[in-house]
Amino acid sequence: MQTPTSAIKQAENPGKQITFSRDKGNCLACHEIEDGESPGNIGPALKNLPSRFNNKKQLRDQIWDATRFNPETSMPPFGKNKIISEIEIDQVVDYLWGIK
Amino acid sequence: MIFNLKEHIQLLIDIKQSLKLSIIIIGLLNALPLAASPDQDQAAFRKYYQHVFPKLKLADYANGVYAIDKIARQSWSAIEEFPPYEPAIEQGKKLFNTPFANGRHYADCFANKGLGIANGYPKWGKSQGEVITLAKAINDCRARQQEPALAYEKSDMINILAYMAYASRGKPINVTIPKDDQRALAAYEQGKAFYYQRKGQLNFSCTTCHVQNAGKKLRSEILSASLGHTNNWPTYRLKWGEIGSLHRRFAECLTQIKAKPLPEQSVEFRNLEYFLSYMGNGVPVTGPSTRK
Ligand code: HEC
Ligand code: HEC
Repeated sequence: MQTPTSAIKQAENPGKQITFSRDKGNCLACHEIEDGESPGNIGPALKNLPSRFNNKKQLRDQIWDATRFNPETSMPPFGKNKIISEIEIDQVVDYLWGIK
Repeated sequence: MIFNLKEHIQLLIDIKQSLKLSIIIIGLLNALPLAASPDQDQAAFRKYYQHVFPKLKLADYANGVYAIDKIARQSWSAIEEFPPYEPAIEQGKKLFNTPFANGRHYADCFANKGLGIANGYPKWGKSQGEVITLAKAINDCRARQQEPALAYEKSDMINILAYMAYASRGKPINVTIPKDDQRALAAYEQGKAFYYQRKGQLNFSCTTCHVQNAGKKLRSEILSASLGHTNNWPTYRLKWGEIGSLHRRFAECLTQIKAKPLPEQSVEFRNLEYFLSYMGNGVPVTGPSTRK
């Protein structure tokens, strides 16, 4: 059950909600991300991304189709296979870009 | 887990190359003399897992993820002390020993009266030209005795499988691919190709999770190795709240990656079981068993 306050918090940060939610990004299945609970360890921790990507567009490309950069990747092609929508990807990028 | 990344990647490449080789073999099936490729696959698999899990012996893989997840192993061991699959074994034994309408028994259909033989399945059925899993052999037996087939997912079938697995406990899996029938190798190759092929909206193959990332965590679940994936069936899963088949588990992993699940005992699943069992040859039967 969601408490009203957590619902408001999530609405304030839709990118975070999509990133954490099991039936959306479910990025936590593989990545450690700030306060996310029981993360997997298949991919690297997601933080300080501006130091790893030149710009948001590059980060977006990785999420849209990781197989472009590594054909053997275990990361699903979220945009290419329409696992989440284009708008949702933008929201995820905005959220992740700000994590220290 | 600490290991040499370069060697890890090389071992993955070895497995992949042996896959490429087999695809070429499928393509040229009639032109090429048959290479001993299942043995090469098996060696590459074992070498890879030995590298990832240096402490595990072959028999340890019988316990699936509990061979590598020390914490989950504790609650699992506690459950195994009062096993929820016990009624299935008893029911299965009763069904197994009940005569058919013609007075004959399941025991008349199998070697050694059907006891201690589950580890030899799946077998290549030369006359049928297809992979014969134990479940299929049970229905083939029924057909020969003029009995209707049992539904593969229903409890009668699962209970008989539970009893036959129980009567084979501890016996190492011993699946063979006869050299005198090229179709057997082709079925194995198809099972293998299925295992490696990316599918579903998430674009995973079985190897993405159970080879490439075995031992790593997907959310809070540690991923098991494919060795020994066929030896603990049927299995009582807490998630199902009942005992179910290996093919039901295959279907669930397909659903997880948003791929289309296939029916139990479909040709694809039987070929997949043939391949996986061959990889797991030597791992002892522990079925029926329990899993989360
Ligand atoms: C099933 C596993 C899995 C899931 C789910 C997953 N990733 Fe990944 N991710 C990986 C792996 C593995 C890598 C390492 C690079 C590679 O193999 O492509 C990676 C790399 C990345 C990178 C690059 C990090 C770096 O420092 O180079 C980013 C950014 C990323 N993932 C974001 C996401 C986002 C956002 C989601 C969810 C919308 C997500 N991932 C879901 C497995 C996954
Ligand atoms: C997204 C990750 C993922 C993919 C892809 C995947 N599995 Fe699984 N599988 C799991 C998880 C998680 C479990 C439960 C924990 C464990 O035993 O590894 C599991 C369990 C199993 C088990 C039960 C093992 C046991 O000891 O009882 C079998 C068999 C299996 N998978 C086969 C397959 C097959 C065949 C495929 C491909 C069609 C496949 N898996 C693809 C994640 C995956």
